Amino acid sequence: MTSPAYTDNAAPQLSAGPRPAPGPAADEGLSRRLRALACTAPLHDLDVRKANLAGEYTVYAMAEVALAAIDHVTLNMDFDTGADHGQIVTRLLPRVAAQAPRRPAAEHERVARWVLENLINVGSVDRGFRAVYGTFGPDGVYVRRDYDFKLIEEVPGHGGTVYLRATDEAVNVLVGALDTDVTSAQIAAEVKLEVLISRGRLADAQLAAEQARYRTVQYAETLRKTLEATRRNVRAVDWLNAVPDMIAEALDHVADRYRHENAILTNIRKARDEAEEPEHKRRAAELVDIVKDCIRRHTQLQSRLLEAGPLFRAEQDRQAFATPTARTGLDLYGQLVVPLLPLPVEQAIRVTDAFFARGTGLRTPTSVRVGDLVDMLLTPPLEREHLGAEMPEPDLIATPDDSRFSEEQLASAMELLDLEHDAPRRLSGLLAEARRRDAELPYLVALLAVHAASPPVGTAYRQGEQRLLFSVDDGTQLDDPEFGGADLIVGTALLDAAGMAAGRSEAS
Amino acid sequence: MSDHRAQHADAWSEPTAAYATESPTPADPAGPTAATAPVTPADAADAARLVALGLQPKLLPARDAEYAELLRRYREEPAFARLADAVATGLGLVVLEVSTRAGMAVTAGEDSVFAVRMGDYARRASSDSADRFLHGLAHLAVAAMAFPRPEDLADDAYIGRITVNGVDSFVRQACHHLEERAEEHGDNTDPATDAPGLEEAWRIYARRSSTGATKDARRLAGSTTGIVGKAVAFLTDSGFLQRTGDDAGGAFRTTARYQLQVRDMAGNAAMAELLELGVVPVTDGTATLLPPPGPDDLELVADAGLPFHA
Repeated sequence: MTSPAYTDNAAPQLSAGPRPAPGPAADEGLSRRLRALACTAPLHDLDVRKANLAGEYTVYAMAEVALAAIDHVTLNMDFDTGADHGQIVTRLLPRVAAQAPRRPAAEHERVARWVLENLINVGSVDRGFRAVYGTFGPDGVYVRRDYDFKLIEEVPGHGGTVYLRATDEAVNVLVGALDTDVTSAQIAAEVKLEVLISRGRLADAQLAAEQARYRTVQYAETLRKTLEATRRNVRAVDWLNAVPDMIAEALDHVADRYRHENAILTNIRKARDEAEEPEHKRRAAELVDIVKDCIRRHTQLQSRLLEAGPLFRAEQDRQAFATPTARTGLDLYGQLVVPLLPLPVEQAIRVTDAFFARGTGLRTPTSVRVGDLVDMLLTPPLEREHLGAEMPEPDLIATPDDSRFSEEQLASAMELLDLEHDAPRRLSGLLAEARRRDAELPYLVALLAVHAASPPVGTAYRQGEQRLLFSVDDGTQLDDPEFGGADLIVGTALLDAAGMAAGRSEAS
Repeated sequence: MSDHRAQHADAWSEPTAAYATESPTPADPAGPTAATAPVTPADAADAARLVALGLQPKLLPARDAEYAELLRRYREEPAFARLADAVATGLGLVVLEVSTRAGMAVTAGEDSVFAVRMGDYARRASSDSADRFLHGLAHLAVAAMAFPRPEDLADDAYIGRITVNGVDSFVRQACHHLEERAEEHGDNTDPATDAPGLEEAWRIYARRSSTGATKDARRLAGSTTGIVGKAVAFLTDSGFLQRTGDDAGGAFRTTARYQLQVRDMAGNAAMAELLELGVVPVTDGTATLLPPPGPDDLELVADAGLPFHA
């Protein structure tokens, strides 16, 4: 009964004919989702295009590396700088290496670099991505539209360096469901975290803490942009209400978060110290790091906020209290830039051309004599100094070798301590064996064994070591002519290098 | 110096009485000097010399005795002033101001050989309209940032300070604001695919990356900081800006000439073009940052040229 033919026959005042689609309002949700979908496309695209690379790269999960890259960049975004290219590549390496452990390190680096460059989209002039999608306009006409977006953008840093920043789109892809107020979303996450901790669900707590940190970063980014606008022109900003309100709000926020996160910190520290299960202990320790980082970011935010007032007063002195001039000038920003930007390019270009033609000044035309031209063409090109000035040869003075033990002795001791992981030995036995080799060696062995009583687990973990020397005191007295104390049990522990690498990437 | 010139004038004065009447600006009876001493070829040479000095925009009158002396003559001898003006006009130059602070501030007329053409300025700009727009906008943005308030542009003593990254983020902020406004209205403002000319101008800027890593650590020419950097480097060569430091991509301050150029030439020309497009409301000339025109801007406070948004 509701077929189009029926509607056509109906009285014209009842229906204006079949509508091709609902209006733009109903279409908006769809286009928003289309855009959200488009943001993930570059990641999928990586996995599609890896087949085209010269070499066998199918073993690498490129989308995973890309998401990790966005994670690293987001976490390194601070007020002034973002992340460094090299730094991101280095941090990606353990994950890439874990995906294909047998491949050479150079290839791992190549993969990490390729992913990062593709996220920036180095090949295009805009260094961004474009997706095309269609919508129905208010008049029912189907229009294809371009959606331009970036995932990682390059921003200028101090001294001409280039830093990476994750765009809002990237953060949205990463964290998801960020179409909410930053502040309230953060509060929600914190509350969630507290509940999770009180119930002892630390794994979930870490996830929530990391999300809270993403939001903290995003919040700082918003404030940074805001303060920048404040610096530019006193009058452009409402210093009577809006800015003081904002600063007060932000300071409240910092104070609130600081108190909140300190409370969390105390809680987790307690959880860390009381936790029985090593896994819980480790996760709690990581959580402490994350919350500390949050607090550091808040402190940074606060110092920026405190600078805003004096900055305003100095700018006001400069701008507002100068004697007014009799002439009124053209308002370049309000009367030219602002009306110009929303115009279609075709029209805007006429205005910018007019400004360019009369605003660039003059150039005296160069005229070349043939004689000079010949000279110029025959002059060999100047070598560009890639390496800078030559370094003077450093004047080295040989320092006397005053080490107690020689390299050979160290090698001998290490050989002695290179124990099978399932066969630990007593210190007394090791000392006796050492004494047979060299009279000085027992001292070195004893030193190494005592040192191993507190093995550098953290360092080994970070460096991905395979094995670690340790020693334990089981209460037995050492019976030795030269040494006294406990007869330590010295052994070697095997470490799970691959697991640690994975754990490391997740933690950071 | 002046003695020297006097000798010249004596040497030339006799045989060139006829020249004076044929010179582009015939002696005006109003000028007392002109009435007593007819314009000589030596005067013409000095006038041309003054214009030539004016063509070297980086030259400061305060550091060049000859320049300062010629400027003094320009101010004190109306006939000489008219002669110098005529020389400039004949060369296709427009005299903006002649003073000790700005020197002989001349600029190129529209079809003058001294005029800068976009095609010579940036090769890509002649073929790619997006690049052409960005280069033009960069110059406009540098001026807008250097003279943020109308009073600054009007005040002869004002010295504007800009940085390359500052100009870039300034425009980006304005673009960002437009984007936010579009989103507030719930319009779908993504441009239509097959009509690039109808795309809103700010999108082109917003889309272009602000910087990029290059192999040799130079600025990426196609990035917006690259384009702004090119603009300020060019303006520095034009004697409009002086480099003061390397912070934030390069820090610069304005010269008197730049203020004149923007106030008397570029601003008006761009304004006229905008008016022709019918997009600028007629204002009463009060010195405020005006909100952009349009009925949808009523919620903005009056002074919010760059409204605050958190």
